[in-house]
Amino acid sequence: MKSLFTLFFVYLSLAYSVSVRAELVIPIVEGVDNPTVIGVSPFGYSGAQALPENIASIVSADLKRSGQFKTIASSDMLSFPNQQQDVVYRDWRLLGSEYLVIGNMVATPTGYSANYSLYDVVSQRIILNNFKVNVGRDGLRQMAHHISDKVYEAITGIRGVFSTQIVYVKQTPQRQYQLILADMDGAREQVLLRSKEPLLSPSWSPDGKYIAYVSFETSRAAIFMQELATGKRRQLTNFQGLNSAPSWSPDGKTLALVLSKDGNPEIYTLNIASGRFTRITNHFGIDTEPKWSNDGKAVMFTSNRGGKPQIYQITLSNKRVERLTFDGDYNAKPQPTPDGKGIVMVHRFDGVFHIAVQDIATGNIRVLTRTALDESPSIAPNGAILLYATKENKRGILAGVSLDAGIKYKLPAKSGDVREPAWSPFLTKR
Amino acid sequence: MLSKTIKLGFSLLVASVILAGCASTGTPAGGTESTDNNTGNSGAESSGTNNGGATGTGGQSGGESSVDLGTVFYFDFDQSTLTAATRALLTAHAADLKTYPRNIRLEGHADERGTREYNIALGERRANAVRDYLRSEGVTTPIEVISFGEEKPVNSGGFEAAWSLNRRVELR
Repeated sequence: MKSLFTLFFVYLSLAYSVSVRAELVIPIVEGVDNPTVIGVSPFGYSGAQALPENIASIVSADLKRSGQFKTIASSDMLSFPNQQQDVVYRDWRLLGSEYLVIGNMVATPTGYSANYSLYDVVSQRIILNNFKVNVGRDGLRQMAHHISDKVYEAITGIRGVFSTQIVYVKQTPQRQYQLILADMDGAREQVLLRSKEPLLSPSWSPDGKYIAYVSFETSRAAIFMQELATGKRRQLTNFQGLNSAPSWSPDGKTLALVLSKDGNPEIYTLNIASGRFTRITNHFGIDTEPKWSNDGKAVMFTSNRGGKPQIYQITLSNKRVERLTFDGDYNAKPQPTPDGKGIVMVHRFDGVFHIAVQDIATGNIRVLTRTALDESPSIAPNGAILLYATKENKRGILAGVSLDAGIKYKLPAKSGDVREPAWSPFLTKR
Repeated sequence: MLSKTIKLGFSLLVASVILAGCASTGTPAGGTESTDNNTGNSGAESSGTNNGGATGTGGQSGGESSVDLGTVFYFDFDQSTLTAATRALLTAHAADLKTYPRNIRLEGHADERGTREYNIALGERRANAVRDYLRSEGVTTPIEVISFGEEKPVNSGGFEAAWSLNRRVELR
């Protein structure tokens, strides 16, 4: 397969202020038992000035953080090939490396271009042959994440999420609330909104262009949507009582949300174009945390209508309500897995709040986390991993866990209290 | 009379805390416009509450004889039912509010356990329970209800001693 793949990243460079140059150290708590060993040889570059980012080390860090790979330190490498003719398979076999990535960079008038290849060291064959990627001047990290995505998918068969982003809420030591956008590895943080009053429940539009969230800036809760590219905001609700938990429908046209204007927290839908609200639940209990099914035909939500918080689902066409969880006395904040086979949720087990996944067919619940006070799970668009909020030394941090519970890591936060992660959809075309 | 004076002092304290927290929302990065449209109807009562615990300790009924000063009402985990002590306290507040009518605001809160949005709903439910009790006692002046869920703890200690202080409704 001799393919030449060219990808032009959308030049968002104006919106991005690259503040973190140094490599972030992401502690991996737990990885798979037999990680795949891969070497990423330092990329060739003959430019006049040194590159501001080390592509090979970012790719290495991405793959390592996935928990599925063990990477070879450049100090252990026997050779640094960056052309096909320089690859000596034996050098990599000796190190136990099953795969090898090589690449070459050149400066272009507008930024950088890279060619990269992936080799299977064991069977001595080329898997990705001289793929190409171009980026703008500020795009080196995106370039590295893009290469990681391609390598990860070629080896695991699962689409990589290294190019995706996350949004979360930070409370600074000065008690300011900030809505933050960052790469999925926590790098390149940028503040989308600052407020003295609480911010919560960020939700991505399926096209990755807008964030809906709850802000208390008007002295009470209100739902806003904000365009990422321009920062332009629109207030969507201003009702008496709760204005909570916005969740974008899969087609991007409707938000499910919670209002208590009629006395009780109920789930509504809001048609964004027309501004029309439709009430979809009707119960005196608490109904909150709506999340759309993948086909957009039903909405899952948390309700205490049975006495304790449990997860229910309402089919929009006939308003039929079905209870989905029965195991345990606290199940909340549902999110369907991308394959539709499971529900990720907050589950109390032995009095401790964990993230769990319930198999829809069998009803079996599997607890994924070992931390405590876990909340706000948000699944990556490839369905392989999720981020959630937890506490460490009384400080809010973000942590990741794979949906098979085999991989666990923490996202470092330099300061402040972080919570409410929301993982973006895939942001680039394949 | 003494209790009134203390209450006035307490109101001033709350007011100053509110003023401190009332500065407008900063302009977000990236050219985002700040829509700091403080709704005018409730003036100084709107916006910032403290995170510092000044009101939390004010309402603690730890052997304090002047129970009628308590403006913070506590709840059990995942519950919004009023305790007998709270009902007695609210009966006194109701009498006071009927004698000296004023607009009040009830702020509902939850402890950090469980999910944030569920806790926002729970905080509202608690504040509604207080409001309904005041109404049943004949209070007819406007009562505003707002819930902050687990966003504004008075004590971030992380154990039941702290959690029990955070599961509360504050009367302002």
